[in-house]
Amino acid sequence: MREIAVVSSAIHQVEALTFKTDVQLMVPLINEARDAVGLVQADVGFTCSGSSDFLAGQGFSFVQTLDAVGASPPINESHVEMDGVFALYEAWVKLQIGEIDIALVYSYGKSSPGSRRDVLAVQLDPYTVAPLWPDAHAVAALQARLLIESGAVTAEELAAIAVRSQRNAVGNPNALRASAQMTVADVMATAMVADPLRAADLAAEADGGCAVILAAGDRARELCDRPAWIRGIDHRIDAHGLGVRDLVTAPSAALAAMRAADSAGFSAGSVDIAELHAASTAQVHVLTVGMGLGGDVRIDPSGGSLAGDTLMAAGLMRVAEAARQIASGDADRALAHGSSGPCLQQNLVCLIEGD
Amino acid sequence: MGSLGEHTAVLGVGQTKYQSTRGDVSIAGLVREAALRALEDASCTWADIDAVVIGKAPDFFEGLMMPELFLADALGCVGKPILRVHTAGSVGGSTALVATSLIQGRIHQRVLTLGFEKQSESNATWALSLPQPFSVSINAGAGGYFSPIIRRYMARSGAPDLIGCMVAYKDRRHALLNPYAHLHQPDLTFDQVVDAPMLWDPIRFSETCPSSDGACAMVLGDETAGDAAGGPVAWVHGTAMRSEANNFPGRDEVSPQASRDCAAEVFAKAGIVDPRTEIDVAEIYVPFSWYEPMWLESLGFAERDEGWRMVEDGSTGIDGGGLPVNCSGGVLSSNPIGASGMIRFAEAALQVRGMAGEHQVDGAQKAFGHAYGGGAQYFAMWVVGANKP
Amino acid sequence: MSKELPAQGRLRADLVIEYPFTRTTGPVVGAFMTGLRDRRIVGSRRADGWVFVPAAEVDPDTGNPLSEIVDVASVGVVETWTWVDPPRPGSPWDDPHGLALVRLDGANTPMLHGVLVDSVADMATGMRVEAVWREERVGHITDLLGFVPEGTGTGQPDRTEKSAVADPVRSIRTPIRLEYDFIPSAAAQEYLRAYAEKRILGNRSPVDGAVFVPPRGVDPRSGVETTEMVELPHAGHIGNFCVTHLPIPGRSDLPTPYVSAWIHLDGADIGFLGLVSGCENDEVRIGMRVQAVWKADEELGATAENILYWEPSGEPDVPVEQAGNRAWLGEGMSDA
Repeated sequence: MREIAVVSSAIHQVEALTFKTDVQLMVPLINEARDAVGLVQADVGFTCSGSSDFLAGQGFSFVQTLDAVGASPPINESHVEMDGVFALYEAWVKLQIGEIDIALVYSYGKSSPGSRRDVLAVQLDPYTVAPLWPDAHAVAALQARLLIESGAVTAEELAAIAVRSQRNAVGNPNALRASAQMTVADVMATAMVADPLRAADLAAEADGGCAVILAAGDRARELCDRPAWIRGIDHRIDAHGLGVRDLVTAPSAALAAMRAADSAGFSAGSVDIAELHAASTAQVHVLTVGMGLGGDVRIDPSGGSLAGDTLMAAGLMRVAEAARQIASGDADRALAHGSSGPCLQQNLVCLIEGD
Repeated sequence: MGSLGEHTAVLGVGQTKYQSTRGDVSIAGLVREAALRALEDASCTWADIDAVVIGKAPDFFEGLMMPELFLADALGCVGKPILRVHTAGSVGGSTALVATSLIQGRIHQRVLTLGFEKQSESNATWALSLPQPFSVSINAGAGGYFSPIIRRYMARSGAPDLIGCMVAYKDRRHALLNPYAHLHQPDLTFDQVVDAPMLWDPIRFSETCPSSDGACAMVLGDETAGDAAGGPVAWVHGTAMRSEANNFPGRDEVSPQASRDCAAEVFAKAGIVDPRTEIDVAEIYVPFSWYEPMWLESLGFAERDEGWRMVEDGSTGIDGGGLPVNCSGGVLSSNPIGASGMIRFAEAALQVRGMAGEHQVDGAQKAFGHAYGGGAQYFAMWVVGANKP
Repeated sequence: MSKELPAQGRLRADLVIEYPFTRTTGPVVGAFMTGLRDRRIVGSRRADGWVFVPAAEVDPDTGNPLSEIVDVASVGVVETWTWVDPPRPGSPWDDPHGLALVRLDGANTPMLHGVLVDSVADMATGMRVEAVWREERVGHITDLLGFVPEGTGTGQPDRTEKSAVADPVRSIRTPIRLEYDFIPSAAAQEYLRAYAEKRILGNRSPVDGAVFVPPRGVDPRSGVETTEMVELPHAGHIGNFCVTHLPIPGRSDLPTPYVSAWIHLDGADIGFLGLVSGCENDEVRIGMRVQAVWKADEELGATAENILYWEPSGEPDVPVEQAGNRAWLGEGMSDA
């Protein structure tokens, strides 16, 4: 397997990008990520992005956003209608072939113009489920209750996950929720949004974008002091129906973590930090247990997606945040996780290491 | 191996019958029909497939956001990786190329790739041009966008006015040789094509593509899988993708630089110096008839402003003795948008496998598959051959 | 934590994505819908006896088809639940309600539906529930009104005669309506406001001075931000055009055929779309000089629709090879 590293990234995330288009959001981010390693678009061998038409009610939004890249002369480029972390996977695959050495990955999401929890119902079985319009919080709550009633975790322990996220997020300019003082009691006092999930149990809905530069081998070493090497990356999907899969273990996350570990030569449980893409505290718990993240692993040092969850970019942001921990020397091994679909149906795991 | 990484073979192809409403199946049933045929053609079962790559055009068509989530079960994908590609009209081609890269990058041994659209669940004009507040809504559908570009080509090349009708008539004749094609019009006459109403002058109704339900799938394999196949396979000789912005000063809309660059790369990778003589059959994405001569020029099959002569002298017909183009009937005869690009790629593979049935070009050794999308901004191409490169 | 700009005086509009999707069901989903119409709930049975409800077309474990349709009871047990308050737009429920995975007797997998009780205090995992049905049933998931605690139903007969053979459900309607708050970007707001003063704004690229209209905040060739606004004249030429014979959805005011054209304003380096009128359609040509015809002053608003159409100005044409996009002058090409 060819050595591929994250060599730079740029993130912007706020509650609502009311007066910015996706293009205006991405222009500074793409430039920041390229500039940080002294690259221009002509140096980039492959560009890949992720976004969703449904999110902002605009068809072909990615066509507009191509303007932000500067595709002149024309570029080798593709797009997934998925979280940008899957665009990163596609770019990693292209780098494996050996034709190119540098890839640009970006994704963005602007869900604030609509009611995101309701828009997401359109992901569900279009015959027997979507016409009932179960909103995303309610769907997450069905999973959380199963988890709590299985005896695996208490509501207070879930609240402690929210507290940890908010404490870790202090100092992260892209976090929407950050507090050094937050307590379990504070979380338990927040409004019950979808029983048993309280407001602080649910990821903070955000608008934002992320750009990441990947580089291969010696090119990566030239471009930055401490490349964040992708030692293993894998993604898997579970069955769609909420009634036909095990909602409290996320088998596809466990499988992806195992496969990534096979390539990396180290397990998910042996990392220093993990950045998780979860819609709720319950999902953080499911992932932590499912992927075997032990007590020594610092979970969500940036606050994770609980502190700010940009649909379509949250997974890519996890990779960027994990890579920053490597680049800064705060971690030697990291796990970044991205997900898609209701109740963690699809999961990607990326194991990253510094030299 | 070489600059393309691991050798990639098309082991199997599966298509649904294309028609305006596939009222007999659900979305899952539609994609399974193509997928199961591809598996059968490749002598595979679901268990042999390592990963799935699926593509389609906007999710608005079916009102199903990120359909790979719902379709994971139907595509035998539980516990496996699945990717969902969307690059506008070129998506079927891009999807095939993403799947190819999973083989070339030695990630997987066998990958199922599939493009689909069930356009009958909504309406193409609605799904393709959702009105946006504050903007002036004066362009009805894709024809309104491409008509001025065609007009420009006609002005530039001096092509006779009826070249587009000749392409449409040829592709509808070809469609009669393809049992999967949507439009089967055995009694259609050239005069009827010419006399059809203008929709977006200079585009007549008869020169536009239909709106279809359908799916197309391929099973791709690595060199070992290709060598082990019992029947003929198609080997990938070259792949390329290019994108450019929609509107900028200096843009050549008739023959976009992204198209020319993409063609140059795909032919260079395939070791092809003169595509006109070295390619035996081409499946080119022609949703409006005039795009056949336009792309023939842009892709290097004809000199600038000369592509229409190949239409006029019949050399793009299946029995024209020249370069047969769209022997399947092309996009003009079947257009499930998200699958249309993959159909081009799959038909190219069928030709070099000698499995194209009545629309087989005898002895085809090298074939070209092409797709484009957006405002002629997104391009995906491949060259496949009967022999390993 | 805050919006990026104050919302004062902003332009906004409702954007509604709405369509009455028609879904063909195929035989298995169709059997489930047909069952609902007959007040029956059916599943699909795998060879080992496992029963999926709602009837699934495919065994998720193997990808193999499931075609044996079996009846299950319309009573069952709540496996997990939540409480939905307020009810969601588009859902069949007008009051706060439970939402649960209910495993019906005879089924191995639970199905999602509403639980119709008065308050969250009435919800519990493990509670036994029974189906309640709509009077008028069409073969749709909402034929099932939801579930209520067992024994509190309306005493409806559990099922009616099977109609499946005579008239199975083949398609369903699943309307989608999503509402978005459409707010133009800051640059677009400035562009739209200028229209109210009969001014047309463009963006100048810092790279080579090329002018883009409408202003999009970026030079797409370089990915460089464009912030400088320039005011453009109300005259230009037709770079290219289309004569459309089809009506446009939502534009019943527009008689067909009509001409839409790429208008290249003097001083701008790309075209933008406009209607052409004030002459016969067959007089419109590439390179024709045109000028804007505006709405009456009292009707002006912050919208590009202020320009009713573009009419011929009578000036000499721009030569075809110089008309429209500069591409025609680039790379040694000529376009005539």
